[in-house]
Amino acid sequence: MIAELGHFAIVLALAVSIVQGTLPLVGAQRGIDALSAIARPAAIMQFLLLVLAFVALTLAFTGSDFSVLNVWQNSHTQKPMLYKISGVWGNHEGSLLLWVLILAAFGFGVATMGNNLPPSLRTRVIAIQGLIGVGFLLLLVFLSNPFERVFPVPAQGNGLNPLLQDPGLAFHPPFLYLGYVGFSIAFSFAVAALIEGKVDAAWARWVRPWTLAAWTALTIGIAMGSWWAYYELGWGGWWFWDPVENASFMPWLLGTALLHSAIVVEKRDALKTWTVLLAILTFSFSLLGTFIVRSGVLNSVHAFATDPARGVYILAFLVVAIGGSLALYAWRAPTLKTGGVFAPISREGSLVLNNLLLIAATATVFIGTMYPLFLDAITGEKVTVGPPFFNATFVPLMVPLVVVMAIGPMMPWKRADLAGTLARMKVAAMITVAVALLTLYLSGFEPILAVLGMALGTWLVAGAAIDIGERTRVFRISLRDTLNRGRNLPRSAWGGAIAHAGLGVAILGITGSLSWEIERLQIMRPGDRIGIAGYEVEFGGVAPVTGPNYDAVRGTFRVFRDDELVEVMTPETRRFTQPSMVTTEAAIRPRNFGDLYAVVGESNGDGGFATRIYHKPMINWLWVGSIMMALGGLVSLTDRRLRVGAPRRRIAEAKPALRPQQQAT
Amino acid sequence: MRPKRRRLYFVLAGMAALGFAVALTLFAFEDNLVFFSSPTDVYAKDIGPDRKFRLGGLVEEESVGKSDDGLTTTFRVTDLSNAVPVAYTGILPDLFREGQGVVAEGRLGADGVFIAESVLAKHDENYLPPEVAEALKKSGQWKGANP
Repeated sequence: MIAELGHFAIVLALAVSIVQGTLPLVGAQRGIDALSAIARPAAIMQFLLLVLAFVALTLAFTGSDFSVLNVWQNSHTQKPMLYKISGVWGNHEGSLLLWVLILAAFGFGVATMGNNLPPSLRTRVIAIQGLIGVGFLLLLVFLSNPFERVFPVPAQGNGLNPLLQDPGLAFHPPFLYLGYVGFSIAFSFAVAALIEGKVDAAWARWVRPWTLAAWTALTIGIAMGSWWAYYELGWGGWWFWDPVENASFMPWLLGTALLHSAIVVEKRDALKTWTVLLAILTFSFSLLGTFIVRSGVLNSVHAFATDPARGVYILAFLVVAIGGSLALYAWRAPTLKTGGVFAPISREGSLVLNNLLLIAATATVFIGTMYPLFLDAITGEKVTVGPPFFNATFVPLMVPLVVVMAIGPMMPWKRADLAGTLARMKVAAMITVAVALLTLYLSGFEPILAVLGMALGTWLVAGAAIDIGERTRVFRISLRDTLNRGRNLPRSAWGGAIAHAGLGVAILGITGSLSWEIERLQIMRPGDRIGIAGYEVEFGGVAPVTGPNYDAVRGTFRVFRDDELVEVMTPETRRFTQPSMVTTEAAIRPRNFGDLYAVVGESNGDGGFATRIYHKPMINWLWVGSIMMALGGLVSLTDRRLRVGAPRRRIAEAKPALRPQQQAT
Repeated sequence: MRPKRRRLYFVLAGMAALGFAVALTLFAFEDNLVFFSSPTDVYAKDIGPDRKFRLGGLVEEESVGKSDDGLTTTFRVTDLSNAVPVAYTGILPDLFREGQGVVAEGRLGADGVFIAESVLAKHDENYLPPEVAEALKKSGQWKGANP
């Protein structure tokens, strides 16, 4: 009964979204208010219906209702409750339902909070959001119904892929989707603006918080996936340049570019057509990512769908959505008025450079990801484009980006004095050189790329610190005045500095963990000791343990430092029965500046076990850096200027304490 | 004059960034494409020792052995027509088993032994990497119902 309700709800939602996507557009075009007025209630209705459907599916999962095909295929009565719930989106149909739910939630947000938007723009944005909804609801209702029944009712379910039974991964998809789908708002705003023929600062003030929220969620989602790979796959890799990862990384790169170009539209009324194009591209890459991940053209833990009809449908939808919006762009973009001019050396100029480099980087990732698919489709030849390709293309593009990134926020708008800006970076440059020299000294010139990485990371962190320091005039005025200034700084300035510093910290972590990782691989018998990075690790043998839905072999390692016991590590090899599968649970202990990472492998049949122990220096910095980036996004979101519903109040509160160029930040 | 000049700067900067990216891409492609070969391909193509590639097929029954250090595993990858000996030092993936599909990435040694740098055996017990399924089909040994 509950499943039927859910099914009914998604069918109704499809009907509502068709109405939402068509009539208001006509209404806005012809000036028929009665039709325009449908937009808001329709968006609210669609959201409520999809909430109902989602709750219905969740209840089917938590109640282990195996008469629902989807539940039977992906759940099991013995599964812990957390994974019964995460099982809702741990499959193709359920994750698609989550996708449309989030899509509708964003439409709901515009409908309920968009009181200060020009009515015609609001109506069009909601309608475009409805049209995207139609595309996905068609797929959901006709090709991926999550509420399909199975008869006779099986007694027990098939269970969820054990690799996915993990707290880090339970919340990875929702965040990723919030990010992906969040960009749909920027897309809808872009398309609506093209129809309206008008892009102005108010438009950017609306697009920016939504993009920022989506970007923050996507950052968290990607970091979670990466963290999961780190501790779950058993050898401590956290990024593989796997097509599935790239699928989420490309929208992130473009979203980052969009975030920055929207600032220019808002502040300077320039780069308008470019920002509209970026908004379209960012969401297009989200759609492309969905296609890559969901269509089954690639095999991975993410590819649930093997039904070719779905792949064909998503591809067709992709062509219509991307092709349609780009055609509209080609037709309407020339009518948008271009805005403010600026010199190449200026804040705008540095943001343009940021955009160019991010686009170029996205292009290299795109080529590396799609080339194997093209080659396979055309010649049938199977190739893999591995990490070396991306290291050779993506990384060199990031170097100039990071260099400029530290300087850019300190440049004034319109026209900057490069020498003056660089002079302010003197301290940062000195710190950077000091760190580089220290790295050279400590690492003994090996590897030389590590020095570059450490220098770049330091440069970025120091640059962000100096940016805030300059704005608060630290050490030049009394501490209390500095603190006051700090409090009065726009939150977006804080957010930007925190996010930039976060990337710097992450770069330091990446560099450290890649450059100075130590790996020890050996056969150990109980009582054997090995030394790694100043620690002595003693193997204590293995013992069987029983988990809620698996049996495991648990190894014990005792870690000593100066003959003192500091850690006990217990990695496991888990054998799941539903579905039948073995997973490796690494034991990870953060120590000072890095992780100790231990894995126990198979027995050699002679009392010894293959063991693998890593020391991964500075890897924690990567996670800290990721959190800082997301935090920067959140802090920036609290900026009252960006707060949804309060964008117009800004002018009233000019801040006399700030110099003119900073006021504009 | 100003806006035109400005646009020129942007176009030039854009071209430079794109050119840089294209150059990097072309250089990287040269070296970093990893081709997939079945055991039959290995014998047919005569691949040199400095070319990295992926070898895929089934782990031949009763071919898995350990070398003296206890860490190096030797096995044979077969497409049921030909088989290539493989040596891998390290902990094998959890799903590595005789008779199962496997993909190994590495280089072919002068003695004809494939030295694997990594071994992938993926996801679940019924899973066969699509490349392996195709290799089996090509060698006419395909018995499964669907890939």
